[in-house]
Amino acid sequence: MNHLLSIEELDRAAIERIVAQAERFAEVSDREIKKVPALRGRMVLNLFYEASTRTRSSFELAAKRLSADVVNFAASGSSVEKGESLKDTVLTLSAHKPDAIVLRTPWVGASELVSKWCSAAIVNAGDGKHEHPTQALLDVYTLRRRLGQIDGASIWIVGDVAHSRVARSNVLAFQRMGARVTIVGPPTLIPRGIEELGCEVRYTLDELGTADIVYALRMQHERMSEMWVPSMREYAAWYQINGRRLSPHQVLMHPGPVNRGVELSGEVVDSPQAVITAQVEAGVVVRMAVLYELLAGAREPRPLPEASRRADPAPVGGGGA
Amino acid sequence: MSAVQRLLSAPLESVELLLRDVRVLDPRAGLDGRMDLRLSAGVICELAEPATLEARGEGEELIEGQGGRLTLTPAFFDPHVHLRTPGQEHKEDLESGTRAAAAGGFAGVIAMPNTDPVLDSAPLLRSLRDAAARQARVPVGFLPAITRGLEGEQLSEMAELRDAGALGFTDDGKPVRSAGMLRKALQYQRLCGGVLALHEEDPTLSRGGAMNEGVVSAALGIAGIPTVAESTMVARDAALAGYEDARVHFQHLSCAASVDAVEQGKARGWRLSAEVSPHHLMLTEQDVRGMDTRMKMHPPLSTEADRQALIEGLRSGTLDCVASDHAPHARDEKEVPFEQAPMGSTGLETAFAALHTGLVLPGVLDLGLLVRRMSAGAELFGLPAPLVAVGERANVALLDLEAEWIAGEHGWESRSENCSFAGRRLQGRVLLTVAAGAVAHRDRALALAGAR
Repeated sequence: MNHLLSIEELDRAAIERIVAQAERFAEVSDREIKKVPALRGRMVLNLFYEASTRTRSSFELAAKRLSADVVNFAASGSSVEKGESLKDTVLTLSAHKPDAIVLRTPWVGASELVSKWCSAAIVNAGDGKHEHPTQALLDVYTLRRRLGQIDGASIWIVGDVAHSRVARSNVLAFQRMGARVTIVGPPTLIPRGIEELGCEVRYTLDELGTADIVYALRMQHERMSEMWVPSMREYAAWYQINGRRLSPHQVLMHPGPVNRGVELSGEVVDSPQAVITAQVEAGVVVRMAVLYELLAGAREPRPLPEASRRADPAPVGGGGA
Repeated sequence: MSAVQRLLSAPLESVELLLRDVRVLDPRAGLDGRMDLRLSAGVICELAEPATLEARGEGEELIEGQGGRLTLTPAFFDPHVHLRTPGQEHKEDLESGTRAAAAGGFAGVIAMPNTDPVLDSAPLLRSLRDAAARQARVPVGFLPAITRGLEGEQLSEMAELRDAGALGFTDDGKPVRSAGMLRKALQYQRLCGGVLALHEEDPTLSRGGAMNEGVVSAALGIAGIPTVAESTMVARDAALAGYEDARVHFQHLSCAASVDAVEQGKARGWRLSAEVSPHHLMLTEQDVRGMDTRMKMHPPLSTEADRQALIEGLRSGTLDCVASDHAPHARDEKEVPFEQAPMGSTGLETAFAALHTGLVLPGVLDLGLLVRRMSAGAELFGLPAPLVAVGERANVALLDLEAEWIAGEHGWESRSENCSFAGRRLQGRVLLTVAAGAVAHRDRALALAGAR
């Protein structure tokens, strides 16, 4: 595996391998010295074009626990604000010879593009509304720890699917692991044609009781440029997971940060069904496993990708022959 | 949600009535012939050969059909009226508006939300439904706004409104200008159901206009509204409904191009329906020449060619039903220069008589077809259509098709008198309306006959 760009390109075996590796790293987190030398001398560059707390910090922690060097680069306050293009930024930072670049951008497909421009292993930490593969991997890991396996389980993903990269990655990941996925939300927030991914589409929580796992999505009202639902009040009345709707046998997940009183009521966030903090904990070990999978053993400098070499331009200027 | 009763009216005494030897005409029930009909406990309980049922006497009224001279039809249903409540009760209220409906033979109406405040929240809908359950003479349903305040910026709380009894939604009086906003409403319909009824008008084309754009507006120097202001929006929204597989109803269509757009959309299998008003079926821009403000309405009266296309659309079924767009305005509001006058004409009390006089008597439209189109609005909104059959709730109209009268000569049941047919000699009169199993209207002529 050279990069982790999407869940789409992972098969079940690859997911199982990363989850198993994460389970081995979980033991490291319980040690007094939470560090192994697996990636000593390697450099991981966190390149974040969007605000992030838990994803960026857990990648940083993961890299440090593997003894890698970490450089954080946030777009705000950088050359990006002076108008530097993504490609120029990546090429500039590549001069430091990072072994891996963890990239979050608001642009779909940016990770894949960057993987063609430099020799580092690219980890997609969120590309627009497309995918967030490490979130899906840590969600699978969390469920495996809680339930053993999820083959045949019914997982309901509830809320703003349209604006959620978490939803897209999880629909794929959960299905690859043998679960049945249902997505539920207001019709304005369910993308047309999403059922082609193999999931079932519903517009009400009427049969929520049939779910084994309820995965609530964050209502990103701060990011909405227009109103997709009549009001947060009505959204909550129809789609909030609360004590009345959640059954004791169900597992409740959420990618965080939670809007209490919108997609989740306070009491379910604090309920024993909720594994939300377990998801955060899983973030570090799963990201350790991803970095380990990509970097350990790759002793030789990684070859520059084909496309980049081809794109090497002829010298400019001089007027021609 | 299906358990919600969507039409409400005040409790009235159940009808006990024997109609002897009337002509019963109900195309949906396959009835056209002389019969006896007994209504008891609010239900149609007997249909029999003419002059075979005996009067029970005590407590049961008897009306003689005079050898089939009086005609009994299913009562009419109007999916488009303005009852002006709350906030504009000087024009109309629930009681006066539904009294006008009953006088026109209607056993059910749907009220529009362009009130003050706009009907766009569940608490207001609940209070209106409570008022209807006390005051309405015939059952009333409500279409709350699609967008808050009819402003086209934000969806109203459609799901909550449906649970509170909304029949569907409309921004009537205004178009949903943004296609993107309408699309969200069409998508939301998948969650909450309810027909979306659309007033079609592109304000960038209609702005400033007071009548149809054409020879008359040119001659009078009044700014015109081109028919494409309506038809382009009908075409746009038909396509949106098709794309989202949504259920859409076009309100008060007024021109040939709109009929074409609906016809094409229906041919593609899109879930569309449409209504047309008596004034658009009967009047044209030529009637505006006198600058009578009762001839000023949205959409404006159009050309004779448009009128013919509307009639043909009603005949073929491209236009599914007749709707009055009953739009009362106070006398002082209409007694102003034409360009300043508010849009709208009342129409509940004249709808049947006007169309009977103008279309049925000259042989343009079959009476059975008119009766059918005058009650088809109920089904379009998911309600049972009035039907003349044993066991059905009594929703019937008794008509005297020979009676002539001058519209408005004895005043109106409506609080307002801005009727575009006022002063016209009409033939065909509603003698009795039974709505939801109770007598909701009794004409003077019938009352006098009973007294003799």
